Amino acid sequence: MQVMLLIHADENAWPLMPPAARDAAMAAYGAYTAALREAGALVNSNRLLPTAAAHTVRIVDGAPQVLDGPYAETREQLGGYYLIDVPDMATALAWAARCPGAGHGVVEARPVMA
Amino acid sequence: MTAASLAAERAARDSYGRLLAWLAARGRDIAAAEDALADAFAAALATWPRDGVPDKPEAWLLTAARRRLLDGHRRRATATAAEPTLRHTALLAEEADAEAIPDHRLALLLACAAPEVERAAQAPLMLQVVLGLDAARIASAFLLSPTAMGQRLVRAKRRIAASGARFALPGREVVAARLPAVLDAIYAAYAAGAQDPADGGALAGEALWLARIAAALAPEEAEAAGLAALLLHLEARRPAARDAAGRYVPLSAQDMGAWDTAMQAEAEAWLRRAFALGAPGRFQWEAAVQSVHAARRVTGRTEWREILLLYDALMAATGSPVVAVNRAVALAEVEGAAAGLAALREAAADGRLAGYQPFWAAMAALAGGEEAAAARQRAAGLATDPAVRDFLLRLTPS
Repeated sequence: MQVMLLIHADENAWPLMPPAARDAAMAAYGAYTAALREAGALVNSNRLLPTAAAHTVRIVDGAPQVLDGPYAETREQLGGYYLIDVPDMATALAWAARCPGAGHGVVEARPVMA
Repeated sequence: MTAASLAAERAARDSYGRLLAWLAARGRDIAAAEDALADAFAAALATWPRDGVPDKPEAWLLTAARRRLLDGHRRRATATAAEPTLRHTALLAEEADAEAIPDHRLALLLACAAPEVERAAQAPLMLQVVLGLDAARIASAFLLSPTAMGQRLVRAKRRIAASGARFALPGREVVAARLPAVLDAIYAAYAAGAQDPADGGALAGEALWLARIAAALAPEEAEAAGLAALLLHLEARRPAARDAAGRYVPLSAQDMGAWDTAMQAEAEAWLRRAFALGAPGRFQWEAAVQSVHAARRVTGRTEWREILLLYDALMAATGSPVVAVNRAVALAEVEGAAAGLAALREAAADGRLAGYQPFWAAMAALAGGEEAAAARQRAAGLATDPAVRDFLLRLTPS
């Protein structure tokens, strides 16, 4: 089964981190991504730009309405994701627990509809 | 938590298991006994602050719970006129002496590890029915949602009820045959609890409590005492695995002054009792390994040769790939990194090790150059504990 691991974290924390801490966080994600790949569980993954780069689009009265910013203004924002292929939800949760995002934010695990 | 409130919580926990085991033994239904006991505790919460705590709180709780259970049985008996249920009701009424509650917790532990209970449910079930922990508190340590854990526990209790299990005090043969499953589940509960950073590992302490109960209630079983010794040794050192800044500290670098000597002494006492029974086994050997590590505090050095001999025995008895990894590390200490590395490569033939974090950590320690760096990276990527991950990444030259 495929499961999306959605990483929600405080995006304002990143620019405030000292460079050494940022390097350490990058190394942690690098190791995690490599471990997923070695295990044959990684489908793909991406990091997203901060929500300042986000736009929302909706159709209002038949016409598109475009706004700056994310859909919801919350402290923790979707910052990236891993799409993984695993035998079951228990394995997905084990990978979610290993994700560095679970340490500095929250990892939401959502199965992809088959 | 203060020492006094911890003691009070322990006492409550102790009587919870005893009361529940007794009620289940009489009524044959864990879920009904739990409901009755929960009602009794709720009644106590409502009346004790007003009327004062009764002289014999346990007897009071038992009487209240029995009344609930009898009410429940009567209702069901009227509805179904089921003859066996009526007989249980009669049994319940007979046991009027609430002063001496026989300890049926061993029977309850055996029921939790019965073959009809799915393996993954056994350890959480023990934590719930013997110690009274709620599903939500147990769930995270086993990487399950509270809802999923709740459902798993309900299903397990239904299976036990359907099997018609009895919670009478078991005979020695029954204990000997079924205790290994109980001990495995307690060990699994400890491992899950010790790994759960969210809980600060508090669940590990609960599992240790279960091990003590099992060892005390099955005094003729050497492995039960062995497991208690093993968990006490591990728990005694667990706080020393973090420094003041919260960083991970490996065993070889731990501040031995931070080890809990009272727990270590209790561990040694259990281990002596176990050995005296003359029935060696997996948990006793593993406890003996931890005992050798603990001796470093006195002798200033680790007797790796002894540890290697113990892992040889464990390897011969279990053939477990996890033991093979530990044995390779001990071998490296005795005969050098090359010998350890060779043993580790041999162990890697078992494919299950590919996802086993400690295997990669061992490889990182024993291999050299790029192979070590890659293994360290892999070990970091498989780590759940951020402190362990950071420790491994700090060792990686960038």
